[in-house]
Amino acid sequence: MQIFDFEKPIIELEQKLEEIRSLTGTIDMSKEVKEFEGKILDLKHNIYNNLTRWQKVQIARHPDRPYSLDYFTNIFEDFTELHGDRKFADDKAIIGGFAKLENHSVMVVGQQKGRSTKDNLYRNFGMSNPDGYRKAARLFKLAEKFNKPIITFIDTPGAFPGIEAEERGQAEAIATNMMLMSDLKVPIIVVIIGEGASGGAIGIGVGDRILMFQFAWYSVISPESCSSILWRSWDFKEQAAEALKLSADDLIQFNIIDRIIPEPVGGAHKNQDEMFKILKPILIQELNELLKIKPDKLVKQRKEKFYKMGVWEE
Amino acid sequence: MAWFVRSKQNIEDAKPAYMPDGLWTKCPTCGEMIYKKQLEENYYVCYKCNYHFRISGFDYINYIIDENTFKETHTQIKSTDPLHFEDTKKYPDRLEEAYKKTSLNEAVTTGIGKVNGKEISVAVMNFNFIGGSMGSVVGEKIFRAAKDALQKKIPFLIISASGGARMQEAALSLMQMPKTAAIIAELGNNQIPYISLLTDPTTGGVTASFAMLGDINIAEPGALIGFAGPRVIEQTIRKKLPQNFQRTETVIETGFIDLIVSRQNLKEQLFKIINWFS
Ligand SMILES: [Zn+2]
Repeated sequence: MQIFDFEKPIIELEQKLEEIRSLTGTIDMSKEVKEFEGKILDLKHNIYNNLTRWQKVQIARHPDRPYSLDYFTNIFEDFTELHGDRKFADDKAIIGGFAKLENHSVMVVGQQKGRSTKDNLYRNFGMSNPDGYRKAARLFKLAEKFNKPIITFIDTPGAFPGIEAEERGQAEAIATNMMLMSDLKVPIIVVIIGEGASGGAIGIGVGDRILMFQFAWYSVISPESCSSILWRSWDFKEQAAEALKLSADDLIQFNIIDRIIPEPVGGAHKNQDEMFKILKPILIQELNELLKIKPDKLVKQRKEKFYKMGVWEE
Repeated sequence: MAWFVRSKQNIEDAKPAYMPDGLWTKCPTCGEMIYKKQLEENYYVCYKCNYHFRISGFDYINYIIDENTFKETHTQIKSTDPLHFEDTKKYPDRLEEAYKKTSLNEAVTTGIGKVNGKEISVAVMNFNFIGGSMGSVVGEKIFRAAKDALQKKIPFLIISASGGARMQEAALSLMQMPKTAAIIAELGNNQIPYISLLTDPTTGGVTASFAMLGDINIAEPGALIGFAGPRVIEQTIRKKLPQNFQRTETVIETGFIDLIVSRQNLKEQLFKIINWFS
């Protein structure tokens, strides 16, 4: 598993602990083992609770982090993937379909990255073309038609910047999705599970409840691109990440997100099963709350929520 | 064009955005040397090749709104620096520079005025104010101008010119995309016509929100219209972009623009459209 530089002190202590453990056959080292375990816990606590924003971005991009499909198959039952936008193509970077959450039929839609190079090329690194947004729109409308709630999973480094993407209307597809989602008469839960980059993210990101993972990031631009534009160099990504205030802790203060989803110690990739166990009851609880609200009121509240967004003085 | 006097519109005397000083100006596409007075009389359009010079929001207001009918609205809404954003410059300093450079109070100007006697609510963007970028204030002013249209039951017009969302307000800027998209949905639900005019350039989060959502999408000739910037695309795909890529004349062929209108005919065409809806 990929280890980050800031985790190295933890790894060193863990290796020492292993050495001590290997001696226990000959001498009683239980006291030392206990002491070291305590030290490691303290250190983890210290490191993971004081991550810089750039370090969180790195965790959000960890290749072993669960992706949308992992949640679809581990939290939900009976996931049936539905393909295509019925207009042009089946985008592999946005996937979706039927799923059951407890006894509820729901529509799940999310951005999907790949792990291997081959897989990543297949998924276009989680960067959708307009067809992906249009597939999402089709599934949203299908859900609304049969009065089923929608849960979306955001994890994208951005909408794909390509010639065909432009020719087929990337901007129109994203704009239309936001307009559509603002009006859907079924509950929508949005979960930012990893990377939430710009228009690519918000294209499936309008909902009644916006949940964000502890180490996910969400902003108008990636730290790298921000660095290249404002600093005119790729070298200021750490500063850009700080300036953008892109972490869950930041965004909850501006009411851009509603709830932070805690992750296992060190991030979702350290313990995928634990991550599934954390998220599932939260989704059930959120969904049950939203199902109590009448559709007209739900839509009105959703609009009001977004109408309030922004900070200005007058 | 006797009414083409800025002071008559109750607006500050803002200079057209991209006019260098001097009597003559060179057309950037055909190279023609144009006498400035002549250019001014021709709506800042090259009489030889129809190149549309970039102009300020107030110029558009002068071109399309009847004399003495424009009332600017929502001028009291001002940008703050909620994220304490600092790159090579502090955000408040960038704002200060933009105020000074443009004599505008934001990248969008909103108001109510008449087009050949028909009242409309209008929001016009100013590209020379921090690249016409959309932050909280731009989003809020567009939101309120749309609300004005809704309340008065009059058509809504947005004239876009923007590099996209304003980075200095990060996710707050991003949220202006769903915010404006949602209010445009509400206009539609209430049968309030919304006309989007895309001018050079309209890119990023502005294209990917209200600019592409018009009941009618109009574009000026030769405008750059797209989601990703051409340089970003080139860097990503490592290929040269085709000629006229993301230009109005290409975008209409791919199906995202209803019509192309030259500035000289803009008011007349807008009136026809508004009249159709009424
Ligand atoms: Zn010319």
